[in-house]
Amino acid sequence: MTPIADRKPMIECRQVQKYYGDYHALRGIDLTIREGEFFSLLGPSGCGKTTLLRTIAGFEEIGSGVVLIDGRDMRGVPANVRPTNMVFQSYAIFPHLTVAENVGFGLRRDPRSAADKARAVEEALEMVGLRGYGRRAAHALSGGQRQRVALARALILKPKVLLLDEPLSALDRKMREQMQVELIKLQRQVGITFVLVTHDQEEALVMSDRIAVMFEGEIAQLDGPEALYARPASRRVADFIGVMNFLPARILGETDQAVTVDAPGFGIVEVPSRNVSRANPGDAEPTVGFRPEAVTLAPVVGRGPERAVDRVTGGVIEEVVYYGDMTYYDVLMDGSARYDGIARPVRVSMRNLFGREVPDVGTRTRVIWSPGSLVLFR
Amino acid sequence: MATADGKEAAQGLRIVAPPLTYAVLMLGIPLLTILAYSFFKDGYLTIVREFTLENYRAVWADPIFRTIMIRSLSVAAMVTLATVLLAFPVAYFLSFVVTPDRKALWIFLITIPFWTSYLIRVFLWKVILGYNGVINSGLKSLGVIEQPLSFLLYNTGSIVMTLSHAYAPFAILPIYVALEKIDRSLLEAGRDLGESRLMTFWRVTLPLAMPGVLAAVLIVFIPVIGDYVTPTLIGGGKIPMVANMIQAQMLDIDNKPLGSAMAVTAMLVVAIASLLFLLANRRFLRVRQ
Amino acid sequence: MNGRFQGGGLRAYAILYLLFLYAPILLLPIFAFNAGTIVAFPLKGFTTGWFVQMWDNAALRKALTNSLIIAFSASILSTCLGTFAARASTRFRFPGKGAAIGLIMMPLVMPEIIVSMSLLVVLLAVGIELSILTVILGHTLICMPYAVAIMTTAFSSLDKSLEEAAYDLGETRFSAFRLVILPLVMPGIISAMLMCFTVSLDEFIIAFFLAGNEPTLPTYIFSQLRFPKSIPVIMALGTLLVLASIVLLGIAEYFRRRGIARTGAKDTGGFL
Repeated sequence: MTPIADRKPMIECRQVQKYYGDYHALRGIDLTIREGEFFSLLGPSGCGKTTLLRTIAGFEEIGSGVVLIDGRDMRGVPANVRPTNMVFQSYAIFPHLTVAENVGFGLRRDPRSAADKARAVEEALEMVGLRGYGRRAAHALSGGQRQRVALARALILKPKVLLLDEPLSALDRKMREQMQVELIKLQRQVGITFVLVTHDQEEALVMSDRIAVMFEGEIAQLDGPEALYARPASRRVADFIGVMNFLPARILGETDQAVTVDAPGFGIVEVPSRNVSRANPGDAEPTVGFRPEAVTLAPVVGRGPERAVDRVTGGVIEEVVYYGDMTYYDVLMDGSARYDGIARPVRVSMRNLFGREVPDVGTRTRVIWSPGSLVLFR
Repeated sequence: MATADGKEAAQGLRIVAPPLTYAVLMLGIPLLTILAYSFFKDGYLTIVREFTLENYRAVWADPIFRTIMIRSLSVAAMVTLATVLLAFPVAYFLSFVVTPDRKALWIFLITIPFWTSYLIRVFLWKVILGYNGVINSGLKSLGVIEQPLSFLLYNTGSIVMTLSHAYAPFAILPIYVALEKIDRSLLEAGRDLGESRLMTFWRVTLPLAMPGVLAAVLIVFIPVIGDYVTPTLIGGGKIPMVANMIQAQMLDIDNKPLGSAMAVTAMLVVAIASLLFLLANRRFLRVRQ
Repeated sequence: MNGRFQGGGLRAYAILYLLFLYAPILLLPIFAFNAGTIVAFPLKGFTTGWFVQMWDNAALRKALTNSLIIAFSASILSTCLGTFAARASTRFRFPGKGAAIGLIMMPLVMPEIIVSMSLLVVLLAVGIELSILTVILGHTLICMPYAVAIMTTAFSSLDKSLEEAAYDLGETRFSAFRLVILPLVMPGIISAMLMCFTVSLDEFIIAFFLAGNEPTLPTYIFSQLRFPKSIPVIMALGTLLVLASIVLLGIAEYFRRRGIARTGAKDTGGFL
């Protein structure tokens, strides 16, 4: 497969602005989504992600800027003739029609014969795993089945882009996880560009090739899932995606390869330049962050660090939260209070390996970490 | 589709235009005409288009109008009190006792009489209460009375009785809707915090149901004041209410400006009475659930 | 224990209340089939004579025809207009919406005497002759709020994305309305028409003042109340009218429920 960066652009947004009265919903969105990409718009409610999706679909008119789909300017092109189709959050299954009539709804103006259309409907149903469901009444379907009908109904028209507005939010957890995998498979099978709107960071990380994180009508970061998780561009993005510890830090020096900082508990560390984000708000203090799983706890007696880059600091376990497959520990690292007199326990997560004992509150422990697991926001 | 605000507004206005035009033509303009007439002079069989306050002066100076207006207000107040008090337990029963699958049936049963001919229902009370009516003939044939009771019909009491019956379902529905909106856990909380069932009702249920009760009061009070049929049939024309007087002035006496002034005055009195009532109870309307 | 007792007491009260509501109406069939010429106890035996007499009455047949023409026209007109108003109020934001819908709904809380008198004054001033046409105009006005109320429920239980989905799948705004919205609110439309038909059929005040010399069923009934010998026929006519109302309402309720079931919404019960 061609790498995403080399494929042709499918959706291009250039300086897209949108106002609702005085409310500035989209503040100059610049975005290129490429052919065959599984792209997610991720953000809290009210961040403009749904507005952007509906702008691409043609349900919302933009204030200024341009949206191109497959190179064509979409200004003045209404939703019903755009080469996009949408899976709605509520699925919007027509309750007065059968499953087959729902799926075939968009084929009304299709010049093909009735038999050909019926075959197309059957194929679309088979693709989403609903073979033989055609004659059922739509209002009698379960949530997962409605979702599949909505997918089949949109995909049967072979759109250039499939837009999905929070398609999994109405499903329970098990069903949601199952549908995530099925959606990925389906997207690979049809090769159509998928644009997904979600507020669920996990869902976005699992499914997407690339993710745009949005806050307040702006794109805060656009990256692949791994980059987004490992090197968030700002504290806000880091806070929104997963859990991260934040500690105040003093910057001591800077070279091409690294920034030297003093952080509570870690002491003087050289944070690699690729882990340094400059997107911190102007007057905010420099902050060091790390993910709970980026460091490891080890018993005081036992084997030492396995890699040369690893460093070890002592600490005391202050709180234990048991989750079954894993445990969260709040650890007060030695010397953390020496920094400015404030004790700051940090959160560390550990997988519960079979046979390993979960240490109690008050146990002394060793924290194993490396400079590469720290991120610096300055 | 939801496009720019201006477009949506234009589309909405286009769609609402036919019914709105109709309401303006058939209701708005006629009401304004009445208002205009009330400031005109009455020439014999014509209307003299000269501004005057004479009609209002005449209306307020007329002791008959005052008597009738006060009678209408007191009849409406009594009817409202009776209907709302009688309706509340039924609404409570509907909301709290009836199982959800039977609610639609009960509501259907209660609303049916409301949708059947009002005239026939009023007339039936005349049949019941009349000199040779159901009650008198029934009691006579049972040997309870020798002579028919004459006090049953043609008095204020029988008017109140008939109107209370006619407007009963009006009072139930708004109270029922308000009761349905009450979060049931609030009542459990009331009980949990140590209140008896009765005190929970008094301190939680009733205040929360008050918006519905207020709506019920207005929904009964306003149309009852303007009732025409019941005073005619049950009152035998001897105990007119304000609607009968307006009609007489407009058509029989054919003094349209004076009739219009009466109509406007009556509407103003009703509006002021309703506003005062709402104002007196405004603390109950602040509750948002 | 306590709760059950309370429920039982309330139930008994509610049943008594229903009896109170229905008692007068129950007299209608009793005296419609009573052979006595005066409406009084004791009953004089069974007859269907009053119904036969009713049917042979030419004036009454005329009133019936008029009433049916009026109710039919007014229910169609008011449902059409009401559908527009309900659609505008549930789907669009526009300036003056509250005032516009308020005016359209106003006949519901206005004393009919005011509505009919003011309309009469204007009709006379413009020089329109009173006829069943003027009654249709008045009935359309007072039926409209009922249609708006029913259609508002029908429209607001619809998911807005249904329409967008149809549009997204290539339909135009108009065909999306025709293919998706209209079939889904059709039960509501039928329900509204039946309801308006019932209201118009039973309406007295407006018909009384705006019909000129044309009788309708209620005004015919009113004119006959003065003659004691006509009362048994009126009882028979009343029986049929009430029966017709109940049947129409039953059908309306059936369609209302079907509409709710179709769109998968929760039944909140009731007409209002």
